[in-house]
Amino acid sequence: MTDQGDVILKVEKLKKYFPIRRGVFRRVVGQVKAVDDVSFQVYRGETLGLVGESGCGKTTIGRTISRLYDATEGRILFNDTDLTQLKGPSLRLMRRNIQMVFQDPYASLNPRMNIYQIISEPLIIFNTVPRANRKERVAELMQLVGLNPSVMGRFPHEFSGGQRQRIGLARSLALNPDLIVCDEPISALDVSIQAQVVNLLEELQEKLNLTYIFIAHDLSMVRHISKRVAVMYLGKIMELTDNVSLYECPLHPYTQALLSAIPVPDPVIEEKRQRIILEGDLPSPAHPPVGCNFNTRCHKVQDICHKVDPEFKEVRPGHFVACHLVNGNSSEEG
Amino acid sequence: MSIIKEKPGHLLEVKNLTTRFYTDEGVVHAVSDLSYVLDEGETLGVVGESGCGKSVHALSIMRLIQIPPGKIESGEVLYQGKDLLKFSEAEMRNVRGAQIAMIFQDPMTSLNPVLTVGFQIAEAIKEHQGISDKAARTRVAELLSLVGIPEATQRLDDYPHQFSGGMRQRAMIAMALSCTPQILIADEPTTALDVTIQAQIIELVKRLQDQFGMAIIWVTHDLGIVAGLTRRVNVMYAGSLIETGPVKQIYSNPSHPYTVGLLASLPSLNRKPGDKLFSIKGEPPNLIGMNNKCPFAPRCTYVSERCLIENPPLELIEPNHFVACWEKEKVRKLL
Repeated sequence: MTDQGDVILKVEKLKKYFPIRRGVFRRVVGQVKAVDDVSFQVYRGETLGLVGESGCGKTTIGRTISRLYDATEGRILFNDTDLTQLKGPSLRLMRRNIQMVFQDPYASLNPRMNIYQIISEPLIIFNTVPRANRKERVAELMQLVGLNPSVMGRFPHEFSGGQRQRIGLARSLALNPDLIVCDEPISALDVSIQAQVVNLLEELQEKLNLTYIFIAHDLSMVRHISKRVAVMYLGKIMELTDNVSLYECPLHPYTQALLSAIPVPDPVIEEKRQRIILEGDLPSPAHPPVGCNFNTRCHKVQDICHKVDPEFKEVRPGHFVACHLVNGNSSEEG
Repeated sequence: MSIIKEKPGHLLEVKNLTTRFYTDEGVVHAVSDLSYVLDEGETLGVVGESGCGKSVHALSIMRLIQIPPGKIESGEVLYQGKDLLKFSEAEMRNVRGAQIAMIFQDPMTSLNPVLTVGFQIAEAIKEHQGISDKAARTRVAELLSLVGIPEATQRLDDYPHQFSGGMRQRAMIAMALSCTPQILIADEPTTALDVTIQAQIIELVKRLQDQFGMAIIWVTHDLGIVAGLTRRVNVMYAGSLIETGPVKQIYSNPSHPYTVGLLASLPSLNRKPGDKLFSIKGEPPNLIGMNNKCPFAPRCTYVSERCLIENPPLELIEPNHFVACWEKEKVRKLL
């Protein structure tokens, strides 16, 4: 395990709002606050898990870091360069260092390109490998992700979901990136294939000293792969800590409810479990509640939660929580 | 193949059900020789990966397979002793919804977007119970509040797009329960939902089962849901039932190499740093043109010569626990 010290990515007060436009003149009538004032750090060589329900903004964070979206406010420091300020050639060069693996292995590969074309495209764009050696490099990458280089000439439809995800991974590795944003890379795969891909990701991390931001909604897989986990709800990070304390003693009521909602594949444990069932649905991020975002569904809600937005503070070394009920010194358990 | 004891009084008895699809690429063996029973008030889990035939088997029971290209080749589906596969279409209409109801995976596509939710739920009630519009409306409002939709009397005039995913699935459950069926078949009803909403729906179904006492067949790929919700489980692979038995026995004592692998590939709670997940090698099989060998043989670590020649039958290994594997003794010894 790497020492916590070398910060590769630092996100500061990041906001990403999407405008809602109406009428003939497409006037802006509101904002969808997809990511609202989020700060966290990623250390070199670690895996940071980013979990939450659909619409909580986890994918938006991933895409803003890769500059597929432009941030509304805030800074993203990657090796001390602010990504949000980059433009033109310097942005283009920076893109080599941050790559992405997408959720849907069926939609993220061009069906008209063969595997060689798909994996070599980044090599051609950045001209990092001379033309004569491209085939060799693609073969090397394919071997790295466990594909036989002899299938280089085939097209995506000839591969299964798990294999396609390997192709996408080979493409993202082509430029030797430092940071890979994995946006739900396994959620479209079958259980037995998920384990294969997760093992591969871990192997590659060890071999190439990669840093991952692993976005997922499956908390049990995130627990397995990540060193630290951030739990998001409605555009904000509710709790951020290492994976042991998050699962052993979650402090935020939302994390507690989320963990208790996951079915455990063990009938003996399931029989004894007490669930916290959250009521209602996720509020719309266009009209988040006043005060704490979670106050409409929280089982421990107090008056203050309807008035003041809780600060995202460090309650213990490395353990950040945004909740009025959690204080620095003593941890309240429900 | 009748290992399952024949005793009268099973609510549903599936015998040697075989469903195939005749496509341009070849014959897809979606469900092969499937047999099991379901008793009154029981919850049965059906697990397997995509393409293992779990959904097709559910649709076959309901006779909702599109013919052609599909065809229920052989077998019987005995509901209260009568074979549903021999029913006329009109008789079947009286069974669907009234006796056996189904909830589908995707609440977005299984509701008609141009009709109000209330109308769609009332449709089944009017069809089966022949009551007036007004009485049906009251009943729908009752059902909607039963499944936990607030202000049900107003919400029944809403269109599906005005409901959230969880509410749509609640509406589907209301529709399925509208005629108090004996059997509820739930085909991955929570897969499209978030975990906190999934927990709500599971809790709701449990409560409704206590209240109405229907039997449930819960089709899913999530081994966690099966552990918490069901008493008995069928594990399917490549269209065949490969292991069946009480949930506790199967989870503590899995005896088919596929079940063993599936349980081992889940991240465990007491993982040490650096531990790798167990992964089943290879890919799920292509169901076109299957031959006589054991369908799991190409991915199996215990494979022997016999596995490549003969498909193993389901055999009893401990009370109520059946496994289809030639090497089951070896598998059990090694665990």
